[in-house]
Amino acid sequence: MAEDTRLDHKIICGMIEPDSKVLDLGCGDGTLLHLLANEKRARVHGIEVNEKAIYKCVEKGVSVFHEDIEGGLKNYPSKSFDYVILNQSMQETKNVEFVINEALRVGTHVIVGFPNFAFLRARARIFFKGKVPITSSLPYQWYDTPNLHFLSLTDFIDFCRRKKLKILKKVYVGKGRSVRIFPNLFALNGIFLITRWDNAGK
Amino acid sequence: MNEDSVGIVETKYFTFAEGSRKLLLESGEKFGPITLAYETYGQLNEKKDNAVLIVHALSGDAHVAGYHQGDEKPGWWDDMIGPHKAFDTTKYFVICSNVIGGCKGSTGPSTVNPVTGKPYGLSFPMITIADMVNAQKELIDHLGIKKLLTVAGGSMGGMQVLQWVASYPDMIHSAIPIATVLKHSPQQIAFSEVGRQAIMADPDWGNGDYYDHAQPERGLAVARMIGHITYMSDQSMENKFSRKLKDKNYSFSFSTDFEVEGYLRYRGDSFVKRFDANSYLYITKAMDYFDLSEGKLFPDGKTVDARFLVVAFRSDWLYPAYQCKEIARQLKMRHCDVTYCVVNSTYGHDAFLLEIEEETHLVKHFLATTYKRIQ
Repeated sequence: MAEDTRLDHKIICGMIEPDSKVLDLGCGDGTLLHLLANEKRARVHGIEVNEKAIYKCVEKGVSVFHEDIEGGLKNYPSKSFDYVILNQSMQETKNVEFVINEALRVGTHVIVGFPNFAFLRARARIFFKGKVPITSSLPYQWYDTPNLHFLSLTDFIDFCRRKKLKILKKVYVGKGRSVRIFPNLFALNGIFLITRWDNAGK
Repeated sequence: MNEDSVGIVETKYFTFAEGSRKLLLESGEKFGPITLAYETYGQLNEKKDNAVLIVHALSGDAHVAGYHQGDEKPGWWDDMIGPHKAFDTTKYFVICSNVIGGCKGSTGPSTVNPVTGKPYGLSFPMITIADMVNAQKELIDHLGIKKLLTVAGGSMGGMQVLQWVASYPDMIHSAIPIATVLKHSPQQIAFSEVGRQAIMADPDWGNGDYYDHAQPERGLAVARMIGHITYMSDQSMENKFSRKLKDKNYSFSFSTDFEVEGYLRYRGDSFVKRFDANSYLYITKAMDYFDLSEGKLFPDGKTVDARFLVVAFRSDWLYPAYQCKEIARQLKMRHCDVTYCVVNSTYGHDAFLLEIEEETHLVKHFLATTYKRIQ
């Protein structure tokens, strides 16, 4: 793996079994899929809405579908993939529940990575300054953010419990390293490997 | 001539379906002999695994790249085919043939029937996109190629690409359908029919038997004018013509006041010099018959082990992006390896001949990946 590989990409790569079929929702320029194809011999596909990013994907040899996540997911038969990835894209979709359900329909496992709204600095900014959080994982102003949903690590764990989804792995990420103590306070991002209960153990 | 041109090229001819070995057409009729005009560029390698078939649109021909001796204008997709271009002739062996039913060297209604010694005219059999592809397959066999690296084409070319997928899935490593559809919609059939009616309403058409005098030029020109309107977009027409006048003032007559009128007339008039009216009837009808929807793209129910690059254009209203997406959707439903891209162009359907930079980027890398995977 190249030295400049992003930490979240390394973590996701570590969650994926070799020779898997992988779909990345909001795959951007295809960097992660390219990594998975090389490191894990994965058969990879992406869905991406940005035209310029599509060209980058094709350059890397990554097959990609030019559409938004909600529309693109509908076009896959059930159980087409071993893993469906929603890295930093779940919070940008309109209907999260629909997307997670669809992702768990077309894939056996879903990997979700998202910024933690309850990170210490975010809390401090609200508490002391009375302003919307801006952190390295939430770098946007309130008026230009692509994020439609704001959630904490604890919120997501609650969501999984309520929707009867099994969390197989979770990794909490701080600045350049993983976080073990009080993650909901100290982690910038969380990466979860989830599945339906009836798939657990498969 | 530039360094990135394939240079001076010549059209070649291949004749088959002679004697009793006639080609069985989709209509059930048997037809022969058939000649296909074709051109090739680059070198077929020893393994014969670097062959690319380009298939043309309604009014296209085999001359897709380079220059014919004495010509000023190159082939119709010269921007895409040549050394280091999208279809890189230093790497790939590129083939393009004129369709059966055409009028650019392949057997069509204007060809002399060897039995009667007169042009076929309307005695030429009805042909379909599948017939065009079956004829191309004979040519590919003749060239000794077992499996094509890719088949690529836009518009009606894209239909032939899809027909290759349906008819000869084991003969292609990949396919590039551009600005095309799985089936002609009622709107597309309607435009075809208006064009045909314009030709058939011209007294010079004479039931297709006009080869001893002038062809129905007015009718064919009108058909082409309608075609050109559908190839552009509202915005590209605004950008190109706006309401610009040919002279300063209105003429207050029915002469050409507006630039757009002049353009369409020019397009119509130049088209009749190079295209046969009967071929226009036959080929547009073939497009109308085309329908690989509802699973017919996979006639034996199996999936296809080929890679796909499906390209659409945002402003194309003749073959809208949503219809192109349906192709990609069908492929996805069959677990095919498909890339689908909508290029944000304002050129309308014409974009597939004009958005060279985007197409080059997509095709070049897609082909490189495909070629690497088959090694």
